[in-house]
Amino acid sequence: MHELGIVFYIIRDVKQVAEANHVEHVASVVMDIGEVSTVVPHLLGDCWRWAADKEPLLQGCELEMNTIPAVTWCDQCKSEYPTVAHGRTCPHCGSGNTWLLRGNEVEIREIKV
Amino acid sequence: MDALRVIEIKKSVFADNDCDADALRKELKEKGVFLLNLMSAPGSGKTTTLIQTINRLKDSLRIGVMEADIDSDVDARKMREATGVESIQLHTGGMCHLDAEMTRQGLDALDLNATDLVILENVGNLVCPAEFDTGAVRNAMILSVPEGDDKPLKYPLMFSVCDVVLINKTDVMPYFDFSLERCKKYIHERNPKAQVIPICAKTGEGVDVFVRWLKDQVNNWKQ
Repeated sequence: MHELGIVFYIIRDVKQVAEANHVEHVASVVMDIGEVSTVVPHLLGDCWRWAADKEPLLQGCELEMNTIPAVTWCDQCKSEYPTVAHGRTCPHCGSGNTWLLRGNEVEIREIKV
Repeated sequence: MDALRVIEIKKSVFADNDCDADALRKELKEKGVFLLNLMSAPGSGKTTTLIQTINRLKDSLRIGVMEADIDSDVDARKMREATGVESIQLHTGGMCHLDAEMTRQGLDALDLNATDLVILENVGNLVCPAEFDTGAVRNAMILSVPEGDDKPLKYPLMFSVCDVVLINKTDVMPYFDFSLERCKKYIHERNPKAQVIPICAKTGEGVDVFVRWLKDQVNNWKQ
């Protein structure tokens, strides 16, 4: 639901980088999207197409999305586990004393020009 | 065709907003203005809670309100009529949240030199507003009893960014399977530091506890 706002942020950032590098057209933008970032990739893609085509710099520009698997760390038994399958509770020891290591990213990795 | 050149960026899309938000907080600190960001789902009682709160505070603090909605100015008008405090309406133009830049635009419309406390009533939504730092000094959210005590499990980010959670509509608790204890446990699993205050905005019960919390926060900020 917030994907359109995120697309506007991406466009703003890419425009800045393009300007600084004297780039006239961007062929693709590569994103790292964490599994638990609350961004829905296909909605981000739809919003991207709609908004990017309005910018001469980004017409036809692809949005490539890499999914970063979410991993949680358990402070109790000092081990890692996949977040999506088990949530906040460690599957090894049952502790709730856990925190997210990665999987929350919404990052622009690079652009191809 | 020319070979593609890769320019590495490696930057969170939220980084600029986070910078804007930090800059805004710094300015507010210098001016001695406290900004509270109030979030919740639609219909949880944000406006009614604010009216109750402001009417208890307006004699001791100079207050301004920013109402953020996708459309209409019903909240700003209601707020002005019920409390008499300066109240402006922000339209997000279809967006589901406010960011720091939009918040700054709203603050520009208020007289910050004659204001101690600004309350931002964010767009009714448990997902997106939690993602975007508005520049507020503290975040508060309202969970109303009919929404269910399991919401901290379903919308963990919202509960983890809030300093205070108001449990509203406690008067209808007997008609719903809502356990205050269970709800508190779920909230504290996500955010051990969150203060939980049960209130009933309709009758005013518990509102004084929230008012005391808010007053303390404002006084600490202005020191």
